[in-house]
Amino acid sequence: METQTIKNKETATKVTERITGSEAIVRCLIEEGVKVLYGYPGGAIMPVYDELYKYQDKIHHVLTRHEQGATHSAQGFARISGEVGVAIATSGPGATNLITGIADAQIDSTPMVCITGQVPSHLLGSDAFQETDIVGISTPVTKWNCQVTKASDIPAVIAKAFFIARSGRPGPVLVDITKDAQFNELDFAYEKCTKVRSYVPVPKTVSGTLEAAAKLINEAKKPMIVWGQGVVLSEAEAVFKAFVEKSGIPAAWTILGASALPTSHPLNVGMLGMHGNYAPNKLTNECDLLIAIGMRFDDRVTGDLSKYAIQAKVVHFEIDPAEIDKNVKTDVAVLGDAKASLTSILPLINENSHTDWHQEFKDLYAIEYEKVIKDDLYPTKEGLTMGEVIHQINMHSNGDAAIVTDVGQHQMIACRYAEFNKTKSNITSGGLGTMGFGLPAAIGAKMAAPEREVVSISGDGGYQMTLQELGTIFQQKAAVKVVVLNNEFLGMVRQWQQLFFDKRYASTEMINPNFVAIAEGYYIKARKVTKREDLAGAVKEMMESKEAYFLEVCVEKEGNVFPMVPSGASVSDIRLS
Amino acid sequence: MSTEKQLFTISVYTENNIGLLNRISAIFQRRHINIESLNTSPSEIEGVSKFTIVVNIADENIKKIIGQIEKQVEVIKAYYHKDEDTIYQESCIFKMQSDLLFEERQIQNIIKDSNARIVTVNKSFFVIEKSGRKEEIDSIYKELKPFGILQFTRSGRVSVSKQPMEISQMLTAFN
Repeated sequence: METQTIKNKETATKVTERITGSEAIVRCLIEEGVKVLYGYPGGAIMPVYDELYKYQDKIHHVLTRHEQGATHSAQGFARISGEVGVAIATSGPGATNLITGIADAQIDSTPMVCITGQVPSHLLGSDAFQETDIVGISTPVTKWNCQVTKASDIPAVIAKAFFIARSGRPGPVLVDITKDAQFNELDFAYEKCTKVRSYVPVPKTVSGTLEAAAKLINEAKKPMIVWGQGVVLSEAEAVFKAFVEKSGIPAAWTILGASALPTSHPLNVGMLGMHGNYAPNKLTNECDLLIAIGMRFDDRVTGDLSKYAIQAKVVHFEIDPAEIDKNVKTDVAVLGDAKASLTSILPLINENSHTDWHQEFKDLYAIEYEKVIKDDLYPTKEGLTMGEVIHQINMHSNGDAAIVTDVGQHQMIACRYAEFNKTKSNITSGGLGTMGFGLPAAIGAKMAAPEREVVSISGDGGYQMTLQELGTIFQQKAAVKVVVLNNEFLGMVRQWQQLFFDKRYASTEMINPNFVAIAEGYYIKARKVTKREDLAGAVKEMMESKEAYFLEVCVEKEGNVFPMVPSGASVSDIRLS
Repeated sequence: MSTEKQLFTISVYTENNIGLLNRISAIFQRRHINIESLNTSPSEIEGVSKFTIVVNIADENIKKIIGQIEKQVEVIKAYYHKDEDTIYQESCIFKMQSDLLFEERQIQNIIKDSNARIVTVNKSFFVIEKSGRKEEIDSIYKELKPFGILQFTRSGRVSVSKQPMEISQMLTAFN
């Protein structure tokens, strides 16, 4: 493409080039620092793929085996790196296949830009081949979306898309681009977007709220911190740790917040919610101050809201004003970015140690250890437990691996027992609970952080929802460690059927294929373990493998995850069995 | 906070964008909130649109709804008001058979008494227009109904608030 430089320097404001819309799309991505994107070609996006071919030394396109896999890979990429994940697909079914991943990214606040091809603008609304109203369909599950029908609009719209996806509370953005806009030419110049008139990414902290929050924190006798992904998204881990240590307040996490503070930290008192730890759930209803940081009081965390922390005052550090008082009434709302707010409040906080109060957490942990944890991690009865597999992975990773999970029993067990030394190490589908998320997300995570050990842990159900992505692992030589905890059941649903539906196991039993043969079919090293004595060796072999490795572990068929807050019950009614 | 439902007029100032109506209406649809009326128009500021939405919901929910609306990237600001805090009007038009105008004297009285006006008359039909509050429109509708209404359409509520809505200052601050 020939460069047209405006020669008269006095009138020149920026240098532009005459290029096609499709080249502009790729150039925009490069300008935004995108090095890897995930997608699947098709008719309406072909001009862009032609440009990706030309620019393959600058930007690496990963062909997934399904568009859903492309979104989950982009999500995994974003979650481990903090950068915007990018997925690309054609119109019609290509676009609709993105929706699950987009919805997942929306509820879990993951920065992602999806680009879809669309039929030529003169065919819009004519029910053309592979035409679908993807802007209409994706509206409720995107932070922002937009259809582009003119080549000249492409740079500004893509710049805006990246800005919106990554700023404030991050989220997915979809840009739908008609084929004629891809073919037509424009004068290209790229300018990053830094503001949008109607959009306030980070709200101003209301004056006086930091002081009011500090006063409550300093005066509290039994304070408790509940933190979420906001700590990770604002990269506030260091100041958060300083805040926890200075205030001496026990801190518990939502599953998306996990790993922001190392598991081994003495003030890390564990996981909140339905299958979380005994102590933080019980003591939520005993604390006198609940300090919520970058979390949104999801129903899986709170249980029955009318019986949730009603005795406590609530301080909520939050970037999204719509989350304030949405589920739990706040006494002091500290609006703003978690890192900035925590940095400002730190000098106002008194050094303290709540020794007696912290002891209450330790005492309840001891009960949970005796009744649940011991048998999960060090079982003596026949039948492998999911917990002992996670324990073996911990032994070999020393807590440095990124654990990517799917959805279900294995997910809760992995979140409960995986040890994390580093932030951004627990990648899972939290809010949407998307089965099939794990395997493709692990591919994205491994490609974003090739230096890190990435272990994908799935159940036999969710694994089969996206197992075609083994093809992507093979083609990309992505050294993902893939563990399937096979209980031949949709375990979490089966557990509910056992507890609440008189063991009527409707459609939860799975007759499974030869998983090892399938992995080997994709030329991935594979092993199956059925006996305890083989487990440690197999996990060691997997963790030491330089290449991708598949490990199937046949676990007890009817194991249950405890503790458990039954659906609709109060967090203090958490059951240990 | 009250859980009793009441009428609120929501005023949303937005960028003028395709698809925003969808985005805003989806917020209500998801929560099973029936929209009593919806009107979109240009606002007092060039290039800024205004949605006027009337809903019947509880006090504790209106704040959450406003939060969800304001969260949309292209929404500049959303306000909510109770009826007593706004000046509002609706408009409606009736199409009726022309003979009635001559045969039923009562119709002319209805038009006069309710401050309605005749927009057009021709051999076969005539059209009445009435602006006012919902109750006034309900009342003229009830009175005309027995004579046979060929067509009836009522607009959404349009309203202005008694207190200022400081959008211009806000936009200046954004820029």
